[in-house]
Amino acid sequence: MQTAIAKTKTKMWAGGRSPFNVSYGKLMMWFFLMSDSFTFGAFLISYGSIRFSLNHWVDHNYVFNEFPFTEAHLPLAFVSLMTFILIFSSVTMVLAVHAGHKMNQKAVEKWLLLTILGGLAFLGCQAYEWTGLITGQHEVLVNGVIEKWGTTVSHNPWGPMVMHNGHFVATPGPVAFGGYFFGITGFHGFHVFTGVIVNTIMLIKTKRGDFAKRGHYEMIEKAGLYWHFVDLVWVFVFLCFYLI
Amino acid sequence: MSAEIITQLPPTEADEAHVKRIWKAFWVLLILTIIELALGLTIYYIEMNPDYSDLLVLIIKGVICILTIAKAFYIISIFMHLGDEVRQLILTLAIPATLFIWFITAFIADGASFRNLRNTDAGSRKYVQPKEFHNVPLEAPAEKKEKKLD
Repeated sequence: MQTAIAKTKTKMWAGGRSPFNVSYGKLMMWFFLMSDSFTFGAFLISYGSIRFSLNHWVDHNYVFNEFPFTEAHLPLAFVSLMTFILIFSSVTMVLAVHAGHKMNQKAVEKWLLLTILGGLAFLGCQAYEWTGLITGQHEVLVNGVIEKWGTTVSHNPWGPMVMHNGHFVATPGPVAFGGYFFGITGFHGFHVFTGVIVNTIMLIKTKRGDFAKRGHYEMIEKAGLYWHFVDLVWVFVFLCFYLI
Repeated sequence: MSAEIITQLPPTEADEAHVKRIWKAFWVLLILTIIELALGLTIYYIEMNPDYSDLLVLIIKGVICILTIAKAFYIISIFMHLGDEVRQLILTLAIPATLFIWFITAFIADGASFRNLRNTDAGSRKYVQPKEFHNVPLEAPAEKKEKKLD
């Protein structure tokens, strides 16, 4: 009897050790991210479903072609800048996690600060993009009269082109575009914003030496998981709204 | 108090390899993104031609999707270190994620079916897709198209 118990105790699920070989906090962060990926997945798939059901959708190369300090129309340029910013901030985050493993407080502070700056730069870009879309003035033919519309959740000036008085003019496009675009990029931007707040708290705690006293920097790892997830989601948002 | 605080651990060879791997993943992601952008621009220039091939654009878009999945794999396995975790944890996360296969297939098919119903008046007539218009470049109204319609 005694030996049998001793044997089961050494098994993976017999207790006393973590079958996943990670701490409770990290495991729960993974489960949270899994559920969050289904939330984003539901948003993006519903967007895809609506897009497949319509004969006309907007042409992203003409909707997103603004770039700061230039009048030229550059498709994909600004959003690639945003993508590079986010990828780079993901690298600085993973370097912060690595510095945490080495108990190198100064390096953690440096990389975390760069990550926060990257997040803020991304949010700034998004604010610029949204402002450009909402305040933009595009000619639309509405009931035989040319009006000037911006792109909002209720107005879409990117519909099919028609001939009007000898030149091409757009008609109202599917209203769903604004709702999906602002809804999904807004939800993602909210995640970035939350990530910046979390990283700022981590930076303050690092500076105070809380993690050095605790003996490990696991909190940085958890914040890092969240931050990489934000980058991961952006990869798919980038695909669905700007590339295809 | 300060005596209790663990100071910096000395760097080892494994660390160097680890940091190298991180930067390698960064370059891979950067290059994949640049390829995606190049393909995106290719679509932009293909679509400028009024009678472009839909199949070609579809194939390019498919390639972009595959590159995106590759990027996601790199982020999860290297940046999020899932590749270094135990098998049980990887499977616990990967198996529920396969639901996405059904999720995407079912809802895209649903959307396509809705378009079919829309264009056939719920199956009561032949499939007619309304003549599609493409956005013309904003700066120079496409002269070719105008002449065609005149």
